[in-house]
Parts: sequence; structure tokens; C-alpha cells
Amino acid sequence: MASKLLHRVRAVSARLKYSRTLSPTLAAFASSRLLSDVAPSASTSPAPQSSGSSDKFEHNAKSSSVRSSLKDPELAKFSAIADTWWDSGGPFKPLHLMNPTRLAFIRSTLCRHFGKDPSSARPFEGMKIVDVGCGGGILSEPLARMGASVTGVDAVDKNIKIARIHADLDPVTSTIEYCCTTAEKLVEEQRKFDAVISLEVIEHVADPAEFCQSLSALTIPEGALVISTINRSMRAYATAIVAAEYLLHWVKEMAGFVYNPLTGRWSLSDDVSVNFIAFGTKNSQ
Amino acid sequence: MFIRKSFAVNLGGIRVRSRCLCGAAAAGPSGSIRQSNHGQEQQCSGTSIAQYDIAIVGGGMVGMSLACSLASMPLTKHLNVAIIDSNPALVNGIRINKQDPPDPRVSTITPATTSMFRDIGAWQYLQPYRHAYFDQMQVWDYTGLGYTRYHARDVDKDSLGCVVENKVLQSSLLLCIQNADFQKRIFPSRLVSMSLNPGLKSKQMDGISSEISRADLAKLHLSDGTCLYAKLVVGADGSKSQVRELAGFKTTGWNYSQNAVICTVEHASENQCAWQRFLPAGPIALLPMGDNFSNIVWTMNPKEALDRKSMTEIDFVKTVNHALDHGFGPHPTSSLLGKGNIFSWFGAGVPTSGNGGFEIPPKVVKLASERMVFPLSLRHANDYVSKHVALIGDAAHTVHPLAGQGVNLGFGDAFALSRVIGEAIAVGMDIGEASLLKKYEAERKPANIAMMAILDGFQKAYSVDFGPLNILRAAGFHAANYISPLKRSIISYASGEQRLPLFT
Repeated sequence: MASKLLHRVRAVSARLKYSRTLSPTLAAFASSRLLSDVAPSASTSPAPQSSGSSDKFEHNAKSSSVRSSLKDPELAKFSAIADTWWDSGGPFKPLHLMNPTRLAFIRSTLCRHFGKDPSSARPFEGMKIVDVGCGGGILSEPLARMGASVTGVDAVDKNIKIARIHADLDPVTSTIEYCCTTAEKLVEEQRKFDAVISLEVIEHVADPAEFCQSLSALTIPEGALVISTINRSMRAYATAIVAAEYLLHWVKEMAGFVYNPLTGRWSLSDDVSVNFIAFGTKNSQ
Repeated sequence: MFIRKSFAVNLGGIRVRSRCLCGAAAAGPSGSIRQSNHGQEQQCSGTSIAQYDIAIVGGGMVGMSLACSLASMPLTKHLNVAIIDSNPALVNGIRINKQDPPDPRVSTITPATTSMFRDIGAWQYLQPYRHAYFDQMQVWDYTGLGYTRYHARDVDKDSLGCVVENKVLQSSLLLCIQNADFQKRIFPSRLVSMSLNPGLKSKQMDGISSEISRADLAKLHLSDGTCLYAKLVVGADGSKSQVRELAGFKTTGWNYSQNAVICTVEHASENQCAWQRFLPAGPIALLPMGDNFSNIVWTMNPKEALDRKSMTEIDFVKTVNHALDHGFGPHPTSSLLGKGNIFSWFGAGVPTSGNGGFEIPPKVVKLASERMVFPLSLRHANDYVSKHVALIGDAAHTVHPLAGQGVNLGFGDAFALSRVIGEAIAVGMDIGEASLLKKYEAERKPANIAMMAILDGFQKAYSVDFGPLNILRAAGFHAANYISPLKRSIISYASGEQRLPLFT
């Protein structure tokens, strides 16, 4: 049964690639290896210690952010890509449009769960949050501005480089820790977080159930877990939600994302048929 | 949009600035820095450059209302704000002598603005000084064919608006911000130039001051040599906005061939109604100020304006009374075509509300201030925002004073912008981000343009003396006077309660 599920997920994700208007979002991840796959190759070693001077962007978990040298030609090249990634009118526009709505959901559910003051400008002060599949840091940076100690991980090294460059522009976001690694590797390192957030990732994962298990393992008891995904079809809904809800029984609150093409705005709604975000908590055993 | 299509001639002159390269997508070997100081990077005095979250350029009524609004909300009160204005009153305070007659520079603030002032805690500083609520308004013209009387009770309210001197408004906002627990710094200087960095490509290491030039901030150079960084620059610097020019915003507009003569006058007794009569050359408005004083705003062509300004006080008082009374045409009667109200065919079912008959405004006894003359124009910035920059108030839009709406639009902008900033901080976004600022623009631009179009429409409709058009206008007066839903809608819209002139 598990293999049939796996088979269907692979078929669905193969069909999903490059087929929708949100393909820029996908493109960022489509070139990535699925998170549960084979360990990344040596060029993007996730080891926390920086190995060799060529790779200036590896981030030691304990050290503060690394400032890059002006003379590095890599800086110029990645700066250009980062500019495009972060241009809210550019190819990643749909992602940028969706972001405030996702953040509003996260803010309200996490504040409620952890008893934080929602009218504070930095409600997540003192909390450790991990953004699994952080891309260029579009979610990590606002979370850092809201006071959290953020760790952003992504299997694509290019994304991590982009994220690092952009985060270093502002002292508030330069404290974000970015690592090119996977959720499973973090579990192996026995990392724990108050909140684990993974948005728009689970639809690309080979084994959603195992992925959810990893996310859950990263969460402290009574911590929070937020997952969102694009619901392309009943099958996508089935695979993702079945994996999360019925296998792990954790979904507490779910909201749909609806896009209004006239206003160009995303908003939260009860309609989960297109895209939805779910929040749950890990019960202490 | 429809303004541009209908009136192709832009007499005011569109100021086309260097292309505004918004966002980071601009390519180019030079880095395409939006530097609007004719290419020269000016030196900054001092060793370290201070960083602020928001730099409000222009500490007038609208700029200060933004500062007070930010100070009053929990999400934004932690922000670090710079206010740039060379007016020494901002530092020394504004002293108001209650015995003085009112300044001719006044504003009519709508009930919506009043409640916003209460929300930010500024109204309490205004109350000790002269201000006058009015609950009635009469509008008519020289043809004698019709009139409308508005009453606040038509919309179940206590007042239609409040007339306050500008210096009282400024002083109360200044006191409000001084007493607020809010990080602000007033820079008694002028903005000379701005650098709005496009993004990462221009990130530089300044070896001299060992300070990394912040690639995500706007850099402002002031006339006294100081420099500062800000995430967001707000242009609240009036109709000749420096921020608007430096940021390269294009404008559309034209000059009206009219000037406004403004002064304070005194009556024998209290005036409690606002009066506006449309004359052939332009409207004359009489606004109650309290203590038997009223404010006159008289729009006319420039030559007459000069005459009226230079004539003796006694002569001026005579012409004012003449203009408000029998001058230029007869008093209107309550029916349009003699016997039989044209609207009687609506039937008995329609509730009518003619609030009493036509009244003659109170006589002006003497002039109580100097006469000031201002040219009138319409101007609208095509965009209100770009990365790191937002325009509010007259910097974004200038309107005809005939409905007393101008500064209310500006206050509306300020409160909308502060709310949008609060929402951005709630979701951790960078407040200089263009997409978020566009939310403010999307909220205010339609409302402001609608208002401007209406005012401009009125201005144009009333500048033609043509029989059939006169009758149409009169019919408009009658409709507004006798059809309750229409009247309610008009009052609601003019009071700022309704954002757009729609019947919803």
C-alpha cells in the first residue's frame, strides 16, 4: 500500500512540474533533489564546518554571519540572481504575493499557541524556528523580523547562497542561520525547534509520510508544526493530507488559500481546494 | 485616468524627471543607482550616518499626523522616525494667543478626520483653542434657480464638519507627538538629494569610515550637510514636493485660471452655518469659526483677486456682502419653475427634506485679518509609491478648495499609510518594500481621484454661464435638496464617512 502511494506521488509530481503559472516557485525546487533522496554531492556539503576558502557561504552553526569579500566574483554573480529572486515584480511574483497571507496565518496560530502578544512588533522573541525548504529566505526573513531565531534549510545550494546574501543586507535578518541540508540530516543532528515550518515543499517530496515524521522529530514536545501545499488535484490533497493528518493525527487548524486574479491578492478562506496551509502541534508523548 | 482623457492640455506642465528605475531588475554596468542629485555624491558631515526606520520629509499637518498615528499604534510605536522640516516652529513650538482673531489659513475638517484625530490622541490638544462645529450648510448660485440646505440630522449626526485654524491643528499635532513615548528626531533642515539604492549590486565597502553602505536603505542628504538612512521616505512636503521630484514621480494637472482670496471677517452675532454661493467667476464660501468670526474663501479670476486684495477694507466688506446677498442675481425661491415643483411627479411616497426655506447669510461687519491670495491648481502624482518612497497629502494631490476637502484627503492618506505600515510589521515585512506600499496606493488613489474628479467637475460646471446648463445645475440643487437618499449620500461622502461616491 505504501508503495502504491509512493507510485502515485511520483506520478503526480512528474505531472506537476512546469505545468502551472506557479512554475517559478516549482522551478526553484524542481531542480532540487527530493528531500528524502540520496545525500547531496560533495560540492554542496552540508557539513557545518567551512571546508576550503572557495565556499564562503557555508555557515557554522555557532558563528555569526559571514561577510563576503567584495572581490569575490561569486558575490557579483549571486547578487544578480538574488536581485531577481527577491524582485517582488519579477519571476517569483506569485510567491511574493502569497507571502503576507501565509505569514498572517503563521503569526496568528503561533501567537495563540505559544501565548504571545499579537500586537507586539516582535512576538516571536526567544523562539527557535526552522524553515524547511527556505528557498531565498522569503519566509525566514519576516520570521526573524518578528523576533525569532531562525534556521533556514534548503537542499539547493544556490538558494542558500541567495538567502545569505539578501539576509546580510539588514542587521536584523543577518542573524538567520542558513544551511544547505535536509530535514532528515537535521534530525540526525538532533536539532530541536519550537516551531517547524515547511511551506510548499511536501508536494515535491518522495515520501510525504516520512517527511512529516522528520518534521515532527524536529519539533519539541508541545511545539508547533506548519505545513502548506498546493492542492493541484484530489490526488495531491489525498497524498499530502492523508500523510499528515491520518498518519500523524496532528492537524488542528487548516485554512485554504484563495487567489483573486482581479485584485492580485491571496487571502485565507475555508476553500481548501486550491492551496492550503495547516497548523498542528506535537503532543508530548 | 478619465481626467487625462477628457482634458488633454496640461497647463501646469508635467515635470518629467529622470526615469524612475524601480526595483532591482535594472541592469547596467554603472549599477543604475537612482541618484537624484545631478550625479554628484555629496559629502556627509559627521563620522557615522544615523539610520531611521522612516524619514518624514515635511512636518506640516499631514506629515505630523502620520507621525502621531505611528506613535499611537502598538505595532508601530517602536519605530525610529526622523522628521525633516526647516520650520523653526517644530523645534520651538507654536505659540497661540487666544485673544488674537483667527488666522485666515483655516481648514474644514470632516467628521471622519475628527474621529481619526481622537483615535491618535491629538484632539485633546486642540480643544482648548478656537474651533467651530457647524451642522448646517447652504449651497446656491447666482441664477436664483435653486438652492440646497444640508443638515447634519439628515444623516443622524451632530455636525457636518469643524473649522479650525491651521496653526491650531499644527500645534496640537506637535504637542501630541512631543508627549508621546515615541522615538523621533526633528531635523531643522531641507532635503537636498536622495539616493535610492537599487539593491545588491551597489553594495560597497566604504574603507574610509569603515561602515558598510546599506544597500537596502534610502540615503538622504540635507541642506546643513547631515545625512541619514531610512527604510522608508515619506513625502509630506506639500504641492511643490521635493521628494516627489527627486524620486522621479510624474504628475498630471493643470492650473485653474482662478485665484482664491482668503481672509477672516466678523459678524454682529454668531454664524453657525457654512455658506457657499457659486458666482459667475467662482464660488464664495463663508465658514463659521466661532466667536462671531467667519472665514472667507472667495475664488475668482486673478485680476479681480488683485483688485479685491488691494481695495480698502470698507469697500471689501461691501463687495463681500454684495456677493453673498443680492449681487450677480436674485435669491432663489423654493420652486424651480414658479408654480409646481418639478419633482412633484415623484409622488407623495418619496420623503422630501427641504430643511426650511432659503436664508440670507449673516452680514459681515468688518474685516478681521489681512487678505491673502493663492493661485489654484489641480495636480495629481501618477504614482504615490515606489521602493522606499511614499507620497501623502498635497505632495500626492492638490485640489480646488471649493468643497474644503484638500487636507482631509491628506489626513486620510496619512492614516491609511500608517495602517499599512502596521500591517507590514505584523507580518515581518520590510517597510520600504514596494509591493506593500502599493497597498496604500491602491486604497487611496481611487478615492482621491474620485474626489478630485468631482471637484474638478463642479469647478468646470460652474464656470459656464449658459441657460440650459444653469437650469441643469439648478435641477441638481433641487435634487440634492429634496431627494433624501441623494442628500444623505452627498453628506456622507463629503463628511469622509463614505470613501467613494457610490450608492451602495
